[in-house]
Amino acid sequence: MSNGGGSYNAQNDSRAGSTGEPDLGTEPTGGFFSADYKKHDDLKQMLDSNKDNLKLEAMKRIVGMVAKGKDASDLFAAVVKNVVSKNIEVKKLVYVYLVRYAEEQQDLALLSIATFQRALKDPNQLIRASALRVLSSIRVPVIVPIMMLALKDSVVDMSPYVRKTAAHAIPKLYSLDPEQKDQLIQVIEKLLADKTTLVVGSAVMAFEELCPDRVDLIHKNYRKLCNLLVDVEEWGQVVIINMLTRYARTQFLDPNQQDVIADEDKNFYGDEDEKDSEEEEEDEEKEKTPPKKPYMMDPDHRLLLRNTKPLLQSRNAAVVMAVAQLYHHIAPKSEVGLVAKALVRLLRSHREIQHVVLSNVATLTTIRKVRGMFEPYLKSFFVRPSDPIHVRTLKLEILTNLATETSISTILREFQTYVTSSDKDFVAATIQAIGRCASSISEVTETCLNGLVGLLSNRNEYVVAESVVVIKKLLQMQPDSHSEIIQHMAKLADTITVPMARASILWMVGEYSDRVPKIAPDLLRKMAKNFINEEDIVKLQILNLAAKLCITNPKQTKLLCQYVLNLAKYDQNYDIRDRARFIRQLVSPAGEKGALGKHAKKIFLASKPAPVLDSSFKDRDQWQLGSLSHMINQQASGYSPLPDFPAAAPDPTVRNVEVPMPWAEKTHKKKAGKPKKEAFYSDEEEESESESDSEESSSSSSESGSESESEDDSKSESGSDKDKKSDEEAESSSSSSSESESSSESESDSESESEPDTKPQKKAPPPKTKSSTKPKKEAKQEVSLLDLDDIDVSSTSAPVPAPASALDVLSPSLASDLQGLSINDKTDTAISVTTPMFVSTTSHELLHRMTGEGLSANYRFTRGTCIYSTSMVPVELTFTNHTDSPVSNIRIGDKKLQAGMTLQEFPEIPSLPGGGSMSVSIGIDFKDTIQPANFQICTQDRKYNVSIKPPVGELFQAVTMAEADFTAQQSKLTGMNENSGKVSIPSQHNNSKTITARMSELANVAPVPSSQDGIYRFAGKTVSGGTLLLITVKVGEDNSASITVNCELMAICSMLVKEVKQKLSLA
Amino acid sequence: MIHSLFMINSAGDIFMEKHWKSVISRSVCDYFFEEQQKANSPEDVNPVISTPHHYLIHIYRENIYFVAVCTTEVPPLFVIEFLHRVVDTFTDYFGDGGESAIKDNYVIVYELLEEMLDNGFPLATESNILKELIKPPNILRTVVNTVTGSSNLADTLPTGQLSNVPWRRAGVKYTNNEAYFDVIEEIDAIIDKQGSTVFADIQGVIDCCVKLSGMPDLTLSFMNPRILDDVSFHPCVRFKRWEAERVLSFVPPDGNFRLISYHVGSQNMVAIPVYVKPNISFREGGGRFDVTVGPKQTMGKMVESVVITCAMPKVVLNMNLTPTQGTYTFDPVAKVLTWDVGKINPQKLPNLRGNISLQSGSPPPESNPAISVQFKIQQMAVSGLKVNRLDMYGEVSKSSPKKSFTFEKYKPFKGVKYLTKAGNFQVRT
Repeated sequence: MSNGGGSYNAQNDSRAGSTGEPDLGTEPTGGFFSADYKKHDDLKQMLDSNKDNLKLEAMKRIVGMVAKGKDASDLFAAVVKNVVSKNIEVKKLVYVYLVRYAEEQQDLALLSIATFQRALKDPNQLIRASALRVLSSIRVPVIVPIMMLALKDSVVDMSPYVRKTAAHAIPKLYSLDPEQKDQLIQVIEKLLADKTTLVVGSAVMAFEELCPDRVDLIHKNYRKLCNLLVDVEEWGQVVIINMLTRYARTQFLDPNQQDVIADEDKNFYGDEDEKDSEEEEEDEEKEKTPPKKPYMMDPDHRLLLRNTKPLLQSRNAAVVMAVAQLYHHIAPKSEVGLVAKALVRLLRSHREIQHVVLSNVATLTTIRKVRGMFEPYLKSFFVRPSDPIHVRTLKLEILTNLATETSISTILREFQTYVTSSDKDFVAATIQAIGRCASSISEVTETCLNGLVGLLSNRNEYVVAESVVVIKKLLQMQPDSHSEIIQHMAKLADTITVPMARASILWMVGEYSDRVPKIAPDLLRKMAKNFINEEDIVKLQILNLAAKLCITNPKQTKLLCQYVLNLAKYDQNYDIRDRARFIRQLVSPAGEKGALGKHAKKIFLASKPAPVLDSSFKDRDQWQLGSLSHMINQQASGYSPLPDFPAAAPDPTVRNVEVPMPWAEKTHKKKAGKPKKEAFYSDEEEESESESDSEESSSSSSESGSESESEDDSKSESGSDKDKKSDEEAESSSSSSSESESSSESESDSESESEPDTKPQKKAPPPKTKSSTKPKKEAKQEVSLLDLDDIDVSSTSAPVPAPASALDVLSPSLASDLQGLSINDKTDTAISVTTPMFVSTTSHELLHRMTGEGLSANYRFTRGTCIYSTSMVPVELTFTNHTDSPVSNIRIGDKKLQAGMTLQEFPEIPSLPGGGSMSVSIGIDFKDTIQPANFQICTQDRKYNVSIKPPVGELFQAVTMAEADFTAQQSKLTGMNENSGKVSIPSQHNNSKTITARMSELANVAPVPSSQDGIYRFAGKTVSGGTLLLITVKVGEDNSASITVNCELMAICSMLVKEVKQKLSLA
Repeated sequence: MIHSLFMINSAGDIFMEKHWKSVISRSVCDYFFEEQQKANSPEDVNPVISTPHHYLIHIYRENIYFVAVCTTEVPPLFVIEFLHRVVDTFTDYFGDGGESAIKDNYVIVYELLEEMLDNGFPLATESNILKELIKPPNILRTVVNTVTGSSNLADTLPTGQLSNVPWRRAGVKYTNNEAYFDVIEEIDAIIDKQGSTVFADIQGVIDCCVKLSGMPDLTLSFMNPRILDDVSFHPCVRFKRWEAERVLSFVPPDGNFRLISYHVGSQNMVAIPVYVKPNISFREGGGRFDVTVGPKQTMGKMVESVVITCAMPKVVLNMNLTPTQGTYTFDPVAKVLTWDVGKINPQKLPNLRGNISLQSGSPPPESNPAISVQFKIQQMAVSGLKVNRLDMYGEVSKSSPKKSFTFEKYKPFKGVKYLTKAGNFQVRT
């Protein structure tokens, strides 16, 4: 303690001296208490000065003391004042000090709190984050409420770094006040939903520390976590993988329960869709015939395995190990093999890593089924003289476990070299390993035995002793043909001194005395002579030998036996005295009453089972691989054992999460409530809707709508009314079937009850459903869940349903219910980008073929998400060559864009053949203006100036939101940001369908479900700036309509009003 | 996770401690000392020690034990890997991670530890981010800091922390753009007494020194990527492209880093470039030592920096040898013989011979010591791996929007160097 401190102080003194502080030079050592006090006075002075560098110097010295583990707590008051210092380094060091001592000086620590509270509002995210860090690290229970507030603010902070820090603060707060758990879990729930890779790792860490058993929080984030996993930082990956392992064990079926079938099914996994649909059918089947059915892996299970696999390539050993244990615990046995290579790679790493990896490999190799995967790497486990002892023993263990008929010769040859090592412990371990190989592989038992007997003549006594012990065990397995070995060993008893070995020899001679009838009594004689000088275990064995000989050969040994027993009677060790007493009663009954004596032979010379030489790692597979508990082979605190796979898979649909699309939910409602015979289903649905997690169900049902929407655009246009009707019928029946299915599902699962019918269509391939609906229309009961897809398509298509009419049929109570729901919906996902309602196929001319000398170009707004950047409007350019000769090197030349605008070019077209045409896509960030983008299209030898002027409606992206959100947002955008106008709509077009269609044609907006009749709402946001756009069309009496447009961009506002007017008034 | 960290030097002094949660008394280290006393050598201490209330996980590097204290279940590799990362960072900052370096820079060490872990969970471990948060010490900066009063600490969040390329900082600018790639392969081998190969294996790494402005995007392709059997990547490498095309595509970190490390498939025959002909014998009171080294399969390259070390049995008292080339030393305390051979001249094979004297009275050792060999061969990768080409794309100026989408091809200096050396190369005698 003192020398290190001395060097710090000496060094500090010299530094301080250079800053020109005279007092400091006087205290060179700082070893005494008096000196300490004095020094602290200096420090206090320095801290009180107003020079930053003096303060810094003082803080550095104090941190030096903290680092040394010296007590610096009496400086607390002086230090804590400096928490307001402007100098960032002083501040940091004060933080370090504060975190260390605040616990001890709680009252004074409170002085600093105000500073942190202020810093929490700082515009600099680093300062916000570090304020939160320190605040949460000060372990002062009084400030728990303050921390809680700060935490709640921070989890919604703009900066992911602050949110990450917030995640770290959760366990700190929890350890300070466990009563906050419920609130903290809510916070964790929020953080788990975060999509930033920086945050999720820490969020899962907090989850693991607080509530690892709350799997319900993971369901909705499961897929996201799987998909983000590769991009999360390494430490987060480890935590997430470990958590997902446990999750998988609770949610998926054991992939190895039916090995054979599982293997056959593997072919399907490549195809996601197919798998999915099958999986659902299989789910249904399961209801009827639970036991015998082929195992199908849950697609989510597969997703996890697929997404973790690349991480085996990580440079971080902890990540590799985490993936390895994941595969070991949840993957089908046939796939576990691929982790072997990665684990073997880790053996190149630092010694400590080797140690941990090897002990895990040792456990793996004890399991027969997975042992094979390490066999190709056998040579990687060869021991090197430079390995530390613990690594060597582990390697031996593994080599022994891996020994098979084919590899045993290599291994034995290797063992031979080890036996000559100068490290005695290692030699002993090697001999034991040879013994184990011999016992497990019968082909080589003889060879091994001979080898071991050879070792008996080794000069090193430890080698001999260990060999004796091992040979004893081996002989016990097949004692018949080895009397010469026993003889040989009996001779050794004269020379060998290691007690264990002597004991082994004696036991063996006694046990097989019939094979060495001459030697055994002689041996006993020699032993009796030296009895009092032996070790305890040897004495016990001498007694055993005496007893056994006395039974088999009483003539020669009776007296000897008596002698030995007498000696033992006065031994110091009570075990030996007891044993002697016990044996005496058995072998030489004083009276003739001895009932036991008759059975003495049975008792002593019963055939004994051979010892099983097993790996010491045999029982370690009860622990989760890679865990601390596994390493130390005992339960570490906080270890929770991996649960077993469930017998029946829990509902897989709980993991479905999608973008909420409220109008689809409405259509759902409509069909549910419409036909009389369906009344009871609809009832049930309402019920479950209102009582269960409403957000979830609405989002899921709406999802299906959105999907079908985008997929079946063309189809919906052709679909006639009749078609639609019949589809709807099919739909209602299918909903009935699905409903019954869900109700037949466990009642306990009421949360998800409303979901199964809506969920599965999601991934179902459209073509398939289309073909399947038609024939099944009659047989209502058989209509599969998949068909729902179709109905949603038709009802939401063409192109959108009338959102208003959807609610007509609903009871008022339900309507209000729904309203309530959508208010509750106010989460981050409430406003989300969705697919466009309508994509124009008409293109505009960019370059006429006359101007372009045979080359023409058209452009079209595709309304998708731009592949280059989310702030760009995607534009599709189509070049057509009207000449006969090819045009080459078509590209974009000079761009004369407005300030701020950017244009992503297409890759150069090397050549466009005569008469050919080609489409390319570009992205333009219009910066939310309708300024044209001017640029040049160049060919090999010409340049043409062109410009793209976006129609105002193309600057938007359709977004979905709930009605309540819409009105809330609208109320924020009043005054200057609101523009309105009136128009009269031709009566034949005054219906919801046309209005919606026209609106979505005009601008890339999505309808918002409306609870009022005659009011149509549409929402969008600008592509570049993300500014919200809200359009309301209120149709009044006599076909007149008022249009209100709310948007922060006033120019756009007024333009849109004009265009909407025009569009709606079209005849 | 990690509760506290103690640094213990070889003398058994706890010279630094850091706690991330409440303070744990340093007496917890007594369990460690107990365990340490049982071990024969510093390496032999079991890295994971269980005590009644705590779990001690340590690494031993630079003659220091870094002992992490954990209180609950945590993956041991997680802690070990982190501790190694800590030492790597120290080495990166101070040139070496030894005790004196740590003591000299204890403030920075403390600041680093504070940044790297928060509440026991790793926060920022990427060297590039740390270097932006806390600047490494150098003499010039120390002078400047004393004059201007500025500090080593950044007051803004490093850009890398938030970007999706956390390993690279933004706004890097160099006048000379250069990228160097060192393909270094190590041969691990065990050669038996007769000179035949028991086990041989090639492990390779590609270390890079990349100093390029902006956000360069590099693509490195090999002539023969198939020989790479098992690869582990720096996080910057795009795994998908490697899977699909077997090219390394990445946005490099700034400065030195290890791009990939790989293992060459065992089906390939490994060329062993040197042979060692040992002839060691012991008898009562002494022995003979005669070792010859020669080139084997060197593909026409010179074998350089050959060093032969041999840990002699404990009974060896001294050795009296004559080398035909190079110098030899025998450490009579550690009983290690080191022969620095230098280059191998195929015409005149280096040889070291002489007598061994043993402690009188003790029996001669039964087994001969193993010999480990070090060597280097420049300009050759023993696996035959060859870099095909390196392409670079760089986004030069993100500040001016006009240019932001013009990808400009760099004209940097690029170089690839090959080196083969001995890894764990041991000859049994």
